[in-house]
Amino acid sequence: MNQNEFVQIITPFKDKLFRLAKRMLVSTEEAEDATQEVLVRLWNKNSALEQYNSVEALAMTMTKNYCLDQLKSKRASNLQIVHNNYQDKQASVETQIEHQNTLQWAEKLMNDLPEQQRLILQLREIEEYEFSEIAQVLEMNETAVRVALSRARKTLREQIEKTHNYGTQVS
Amino acid sequence: MELKLVEQLLEKYFQGETTIAEEKQLKAYFSSNDVAPHLAKYQSLFGYFETQKGTQFEQKLPLQPRKQSTVKWIGIAASFVVLFGLATFYFYPSEPKKEDLGTYDNPEEAFAATQKALLMVSEQVNIGMESVVYLEEYEKTKKTIFK
Repeated sequence: MNQNEFVQIITPFKDKLFRLAKRMLVSTEEAEDATQEVLVRLWNKNSALEQYNSVEALAMTMTKNYCLDQLKSKRASNLQIVHNNYQDKQASVETQIEHQNTLQWAEKLMNDLPEQQRLILQLREIEEYEFSEIAQVLEMNETAVRVALSRARKTLREQIEKTHNYGTQVS
Repeated sequence: MELKLVEQLLEKYFQGETTIAEEKQLKAYFSSNDVAPHLAKYQSLFGYFETQKGTQFEQKLPLQPRKQSTVKWIGIAASFVVLFGLATFYFYPSEPKKEDLGTYDNPEEAFAATQKALLMVSEQVNIGMESVVYLEEYEKTKKTIFK
């Protein structure tokens, strides 16, 4: 397999790897590094790649594992770097701010979920994977995926309701 | 889409029972302009998912042409050469060189040649013996002194 063929293979899903890494690691730079690392490892597998049914599923699993390792080592060394992409909102129009804020807020809600639920949500909502594909990538069974997905969605709903009702209802 | 249907789908959605197609319907509904007021709170969530699809990986890939493997093969080849070298020394120790001294076809000639050779050997031995006689003389003198 030469370099061009390899690039052709990875082109359809390299953005997915990046988005998954970004979901896990939050920081864009770290996600870029992770994606590069995974793709280089994939490249070094070379001819072994042909044995896999789905290179995409393999690459997604590698990304997941790599990110979890990264998070673990970061936690172990007590070095929690949390990047927030602060943006200059000075110039935006009020409605744009509002729009931007609700999106950022949704992102924050999602990123506050446990790692596994975040992974599943990412694969389901954004990449629109079937349950069987998610199960393959995350190396778990479909029922567990479904349960975790439902749990994640319900947590999001609770958070939304809580914020939505804030100040309007006395509980 | 009917409101009742949307509500049903939404309930299924939170149970994790919707199919991809149904989820797409929901997303389409929430991205439209006429979302029922009591459902508007979910709009940002579905809207967020949609925006995330556009994120792209734009870094160049630092793919090295696989040079490592050739280095590895050279190493393997070199070790084979060394192995073969050692193996030949161990299994085929260099045989003593055979010198071609010639041969006689005629038995009589061979006999004569052999006799000649043996005679020469004995002559040489006799010369050797002559010098040993001197040694005997020396022995005698030694005995007379150290008795």
